[in-house]
Amino acid sequence: MPGLDDLYKEIILDHYRNPRNQGELDSPPAHRTEGFNPLCGDEVTVTFEISDNSLSEVRIAGHGCSISQASASMMSAAVKGKSIDEVREVTRRFKAMMSIHEEEIGSEASEQTSDEVFELGDLEALKGVVKFPVRIKCATLSWNALLTGLGELEG
Amino acid sequence: MSLPRNIKEQFPLLSQVVNGHQIVYLDSAASSQKPAAVIEAMNDYYRTINANVHRGAYEIAAQATEAMESSRERIAKFIGANSANEVVFTKNATESFNLVARSWGGQNLSHGDAVLITDMEHHANIVPWQILSAELGFEIRWIPLTPDGQLDLTSLDQLLDGVKMVSLTAMSNVLGTLNPVREIADRAHEIGALVTVDASQYVPHFPTDVEDLGADLMCFTGHKMCGPTGIGVLWGHEELLDSMPPFLGGGEMIVDVRKDGFTANEIPHKFEAGTPPIAEIIGLGAAVEFLESLGMADIRQHEIQLTKYAMNALNNRYGDELTIHGPRDPDQRGGVLSIEYRDVHPHDLSQVLDQRGICIRAGHHCAKPLMKLLGVGATSRASMYLYNDESDIDALVDALEPAGEMFAL
Repeated sequence: MPGLDDLYKEIILDHYRNPRNQGELDSPPAHRTEGFNPLCGDEVTVTFEISDNSLSEVRIAGHGCSISQASASMMSAAVKGKSIDEVREVTRRFKAMMSIHEEEIGSEASEQTSDEVFELGDLEALKGVVKFPVRIKCATLSWNALLTGLGELEG
Repeated sequence: MSLPRNIKEQFPLLSQVVNGHQIVYLDSAASSQKPAAVIEAMNDYYRTINANVHRGAYEIAAQATEAMESSRERIAKFIGANSANEVVFTKNATESFNLVARSWGGQNLSHGDAVLITDMEHHANIVPWQILSAELGFEIRWIPLTPDGQLDLTSLDQLLDGVKMVSLTAMSNVLGTLNPVREIADRAHEIGALVTVDASQYVPHFPTDVEDLGADLMCFTGHKMCGPTGIGVLWGHEELLDSMPPFLGGGEMIVDVRKDGFTANEIPHKFEAGTPPIAEIIGLGAAVEFLESLGMADIRQHEIQLTKYAMNALNNRYGDELTIHGPRDPDQRGGVLSIEYRDVHPHDLSQVLDQRGICIRAGHHCAKPLMKLLGVGATSRASMYLYNDESDIDALVDALEPAGEMFAL
C-alpha cells in the first residue's frame, strides 16, 4: 500500500511552500491560459512570453492543493528559458510519467523510464502521484494549461 | 429514546479495514452506507422473484410488481403523501429536477417569466433551469445569503415579482443550513408561484411531511437514505403531476401507441418510461422500513447531539485555526460540517485522513456558485448519519493536527 511519503516528497512540499515564478505577466503582450479541475475546483492561470522561439518568461497564479501547486511551480522552473520544442518534449515526458498504467505501479521502472525520469530532474519527485490515481489530474493541471496555451499560439 | 448503540453492526461496510484502520465514514452527505436489510432485500428479489413488472401474468412477475408497488406505498407514507400515485420513481434527484424543468417548465415558462432559486443550491437545481432558460428565455433569480450562511429574505418580495416557480433546497449540502421552506412556500403561493423542494439532504435525516413543508413538488434520492444508488423520487400533488406532459418516452409510460401518436399512461407511470430499477425500488422500500424502525425523530436527535459534540470538539481543540462554515447553532443545522483548517487544502487534508481510514469529502460539493461566495475553491466536508458516533468524531479531530503540521506554510 502506498503511503503518504510516496506522495508528499520533501521537494514537493518545498515548492508548495515556496512556489517559484508566482504571479501573472501582463497579457498582452504575454499569453494567458487557464486550467480548471472540475472535480475539485482547483484553478491555475499560466502566463508566458515567447521570444526567439523560446519561453522566455512564465508565471503561475491560481489556487489548489499541494500537488497541483508544486507541480505548477516545478513546471515553471523546468520550462523557463527552454525552446518551444524542448518545452513540448519535457511536457510529453512528464505526462508519460503521469500516465503509467496501474499494473506497473510498484514494479521496478524500466531502463527507458529511468532515462526519461533522470532527464526530468526534480520533476521525478512527482512520480509517486501515479500511485494515487485521483491526484493525477492535480499534477497535470498546469501542464495541460500550458499545452493549451502553446496550441492556441500556433493556432 | 435513542438509537441502538450497536447500530454500526447492521452496516457490513462499516466493519471494513481501510489503510490498516477500521473505516471512519464521514461522507454520508455524498452517499450513505447500506444496512444489511437493504442489501438482502435486493438480493432476495434477484434470487426469488426477478421478473419484469406490470406485464407477465405469471406468479413471480405478480410478486415483483407487488414488491415494487408496496415500496411505493411505503415511501409515500414515509413523506406524508396523500397517495402512492404521487410518488414517481426516477434515477436520482438530478433526474427528478430535470423532469420538473423539462415537463413543467417546458409547458409553463417563457420569456418574461422567472424562476427563483438560491445561492446555496446544488448544481442539480441550477443547471436544468439554465439549460431550459437558454431555450425559452426566462430569467433565473437567486436568493442571496447572509454572512452566516442563511437565506437573506429581506428582498424576497422584489425577488418574487413575476416568479412562476421557486425551487430551493431544504438543507444545504455544504453549509448544513436548514431553510425556512414553509415560510418561503407560503409567500410564493400568495403570488401564485409553485414550489419545488430539494429534499436530498432532508428526507434522510428529518421526519418529513410534504404538506407541512408546503411543497408542490419535491425531489430526493435513495442512496443518501440507506438505499441503493440508481433510484430517486419525484413527489408531486396528483393534480399537478396529472397536468404535466411526459418527460421520457417509451414503454410503460403509455396506454396506447398508434402510428399517428400515443396516449400517455396514468400517473405515476406516465413519468416512468422503460423497465424501472426494480431491485433498487425494493431496496429503497427496505431502507425506509429500516429508518422507520429507528424513528426519524430519534435519528434527528442523534445527529443534533453528534453535531454539537463535533462542533465543540473542533472549536475547543483548534480555536482560531479552524473555521466551520454555516450556522453556529447545532439545533438549527444538519450534520454537515464544511471546515477550513489552517492553510491545508481540502485535497491534502482528505489524503492525510485517508491514511487513517477516515473518509471525508474534499471539493466543491456540486455547489460552485456557493464556493465562489465563500471565496474558496473547495472545502473539506465531514457529514454524519445515524451510524456515526463520538469515536468517529474523535478520530477526525485527532487527525487534523498532523495534517496541519505537514502542510504548514
